[in-house]
Amino acid sequence: MSPRPLRLTRLHVFAALFVLLGLALLWWAPGAFEADTISRLNFGLGRDAPGWGAPTRLTLQVIGGLYLASGLLALVNRWPRVSLAALVLSGLLIFPAVLIGAAAGKQTNVLTMLAESLRLATPIVIGATAGIWAERTGIINIAIEGMMLAGACFGFTSLFFLEPIMPGATNLVLLISVLVAVVFGGLMALLHAWLSIRFNVNQVVSGTVINILAIGLTSFVRREWLLSTRAGRITLPNIAIPGLVDIPVIGDVLFNNKPIFYMMFVLLILTHVILFYTPFGLRMRAVGEHPEAADTVGVNVFFMRYLNTTISGMIAGLGGAWFSLETVGGFDDVMTGGRGFIALAAMIFGKWTPFGAFGGGLLFGFADALGTRFQILNVPVPPQWLQMLPFLTTMVVLAGLVGRATAPAAEGIPYEKQ
Amino acid sequence: MAEPAATPAAEPVLEVIGITKRFPGVLANNDIHFTLTRGQIHCMLGENGAGKTTLMNIIYGLYQPDAGEIRMNGRPVMIHSANDAIRLGIGMVHQHFMLVPQLTVTENIILGNEVTQGPFLDRRKAAAQILALSERFGLEIDPEARVGELPVGARQRVEIVKALYRQASILILDEPTAVLTPQEAEDLFKVMHALVEQGVSIVFITHKLKEVLAVADQITVLRNGEVAGVVAPEEASEASLAALMVGRAVILQVEKAAAHPGEPVLSVEELRVTDERGHTAVNGISFEARAGEILGVAGVQGNGQTELVRAITGLMHPLSGRILIAGQDVSTATPRQITELGVAHIPEDREADGLVKPYPVVDNIILNSYYRPPFARGIVMNEAEAVKQATEVVERFDVRTPSIYAEVGTLSGGNKQKIIAGREFSRPIKLLVAAQPTRGLDVGSIEFIHKQIVAQRDQGVAVLLVSAELDEIMALSDRIAVMYRGQIIDVLPAAQADRETLGLLMAGVHPAQD
Ligand SMILES: Nc1ncnc2c1ncn2[C@@H]1O[C@H](COP(=O)(O)OP(=O)(O)OP(=O)(O)O)[C@@H](O)[C@H]1O
Ligand SMILES: [Mg+2]
Repeated sequence: MSPRPLRLTRLHVFAALFVLLGLALLWWAPGAFEADTISRLNFGLGRDAPGWGAPTRLTLQVIGGLYLASGLLALVNRWPRVSLAALVLSGLLIFPAVLIGAAAGKQTNVLTMLAESLRLATPIVIGATAGIWAERTGIINIAIEGMMLAGACFGFTSLFFLEPIMPGATNLVLLISVLVAVVFGGLMALLHAWLSIRFNVNQVVSGTVINILAIGLTSFVRREWLLSTRAGRITLPNIAIPGLVDIPVIGDVLFNNKPIFYMMFVLLILTHVILFYTPFGLRMRAVGEHPEAADTVGVNVFFMRYLNTTISGMIAGLGGAWFSLETVGGFDDVMTGGRGFIALAAMIFGKWTPFGAFGGGLLFGFADALGTRFQILNVPVPPQWLQMLPFLTTMVVLAGLVGRATAPAAEGIPYEKQ
Repeated sequence: MAEPAATPAAEPVLEVIGITKRFPGVLANNDIHFTLTRGQIHCMLGENGAGKTTLMNIIYGLYQPDAGEIRMNGRPVMIHSANDAIRLGIGMVHQHFMLVPQLTVTENIILGNEVTQGPFLDRRKAAAQILALSERFGLEIDPEARVGELPVGARQRVEIVKALYRQASILILDEPTAVLTPQEAEDLFKVMHALVEQGVSIVFITHKLKEVLAVADQITVLRNGEVAGVVAPEEASEASLAALMVGRAVILQVEKAAAHPGEPVLSVEELRVTDERGHTAVNGISFEARAGEILGVAGVQGNGQTELVRAITGLMHPLSGRILIAGQDVSTATPRQITELGVAHIPEDREADGLVKPYPVVDNIILNSYYRPPFARGIVMNEAEAVKQATEVVERFDVRTPSIYAEVGTLSGGNKQKIIAGREFSRPIKLLVAAQPTRGLDVGSIEFIHKQIVAQRDQGVAVLLVSAELDEIMALSDRIAVMYRGQIIDVLPAAQADRETLGLLMAGVHPAQD
């Protein structure tokens, strides 16, 4: 007769899922692994790196037990805070569980795995940051993918043509090329802004147009000019940050990296500070939530939207340079492979905050890294299936725990003035 | 005109000369002249759609006039944007608040005019400035609070501080009291007097004639976008002002015969409802509304009335208890099922719950019956029937709209309300749930809506009338229930209810218990 509030029932579904998962683990682990099988997790390279030999069966059983317990706890429907925390913990435990299961009887390097996750998270996190800049001012930007692609393509085009002209100045050429990527990302965004602000084109449609345009344009450019492959592909150089590199264990992983990787952190902090601690950020948020209110106190809504959408595109362009200039040293058709869309998911996962988006980005980066790891470990299950697991978790976590994410209130609504 | 003698303060600070503004199909302002003198409270009156808000938006730079001139302190000024207006010392509290719910009070106030420390916001310094202002004028606000969590009265104070923070010397208040409780309105008048003493001039728009007579130094009445008259309050009465506004004599008292209550149509049993944040808002209520009677629900806003109405109309599900309409349990029914039982709803927030603002008038008029004949023929719409119905409703309810295809969002408040009433009353109903049915309406429209409600009662409809206006409750109700903290603390026959008793009950004081 009295229906419960919706949030609780959703939590119940989620809890039931963990109960089933826990039971499955408890039932499956003893049959699948000998009692003395060890999964060796190393933290670093070399023989004397610290490590931990986890008894596979026992660890999985413990995790399964935890799942069962936290699921039941949530179903009991008492102590909501505790059971929510337990469920979140269970969600996170999926990753070590999968890793330990995969590494049964072998060894795997957890640290490189984490480093790899961070590295693969870079374009996603940068893309999500780009999304935040546009969406916080009320412009939906589903064209991050296209803007990244444009950045990747034109950044590499610049490298391709400048390198023969300016021999010896490789680093300068690379820097210019990254800037070119940024500029082209910005140009694509300017087109998006123009369509959606000046002509009130539906922003999803306009974004789709940009995505399609980017695919066509970049593959045309590639076919026309970039086909003659040269040997010795150049990428951005590693930069070791003096002092910090020498920190044991994590120093080499974190502080001996490529420039766009570092830029990810710079952008995160900058975006956070600008958004929440400066007048400009205050105006951004006001324009995204209630443009009329901002207008009545003299904030120029159109200017803010043009500017921030363009900045968004420039950041996405930098994300594009990560593919062509930092990682591959070349350009392939659609080389961004949907990362721009995943970036949007990360942004929503993080509720439109930079550090939340970073968390989302890491989750997806980890998923990517896990896939590679499975192939190395030669897991008998087809890797596609195992790769899906983290995505499934993300979906469940998004639906069950993060709850309804509230987008900026004026997002996607054109602002009209008399 | 009767200026308060020739004091040195009686100089014009703002003159509007021949302002004309045309919207597609509407002449909203036609050659308007208007003068505001220093330290004056100038009331602006006029029917819904008379053009008051339009004129103020022009003065505040949000709309550009088609013709005319604005002078400040004798000199012509160009006001192209809100920025220009702010620079000239004009502040405006809009009819629909211009606050960002997700931001804090401080953030809302400083937006566009931020207090900084280097490149960063200096929230602490800003909060101190705001507190200083709030103390100086007796406007109590909490700088750290999130605006979305504040009650309307507090939001209003934030809006006023926002204008004062920008050092407004001319303050425009567009229907500030429409959403306030009587007590909050009193407080606002105190603030207005404090402001005037410190040299601020105020334009005050309202539909409540009592307030006009109480606070105005000068009154300008608009009708159909033109100035219908400028009068001094000492020469005016409620009746004369109403007549000037509407262009005919208005009956301010409701005329109704004795009620003949019949069978109970709505029974509520031990109802408990939680609000959106999960707090108990309605805490064990039982009552009945009978056919052919008007049951008024009085109470200070925020005592559970909103949730009660939302539960009865199916917009919220109760936590426990039962709601019976015409004998059927509708506790978990959908709004459509409830509508089909013959329930009409005039929602409290007409903009959000009553209309689809971007839709034309015609679609809004058939919004609760579009899916059945004669408006639907199988899966296609019968456009001709819809047009016929809309034309009829627009005519019968005197909706002022350029056409039945005009976007509802552009109509004035009173006309929006008439569309809702027209839609709900043009089918047979058993129960009418009317929440704040005349909020923001002019006297002419109030008279009209009241007549309609009484007419429904006389046809045997049970009416549940929820209103924050004591006058309205007392004028219409046959029985009055008083809500306090989620409970009905008493139900009185209208004859026994005087202002005093109701006022005490609304404050939670039960005279019988003392
Ligand atoms: N943006 C707009 N587009 C088209 N028409 C409009 C617009 N704003 C107002 N109007 C029309 O102009 C007229 C005057 O409207 P206005 O809002 O100034 O009335 P008002 O006197 O403030 O009424 P109320 O008391 O209901 O607030 C109305 O007929 C309205 O429909
Ligand atoms: Mg108005």
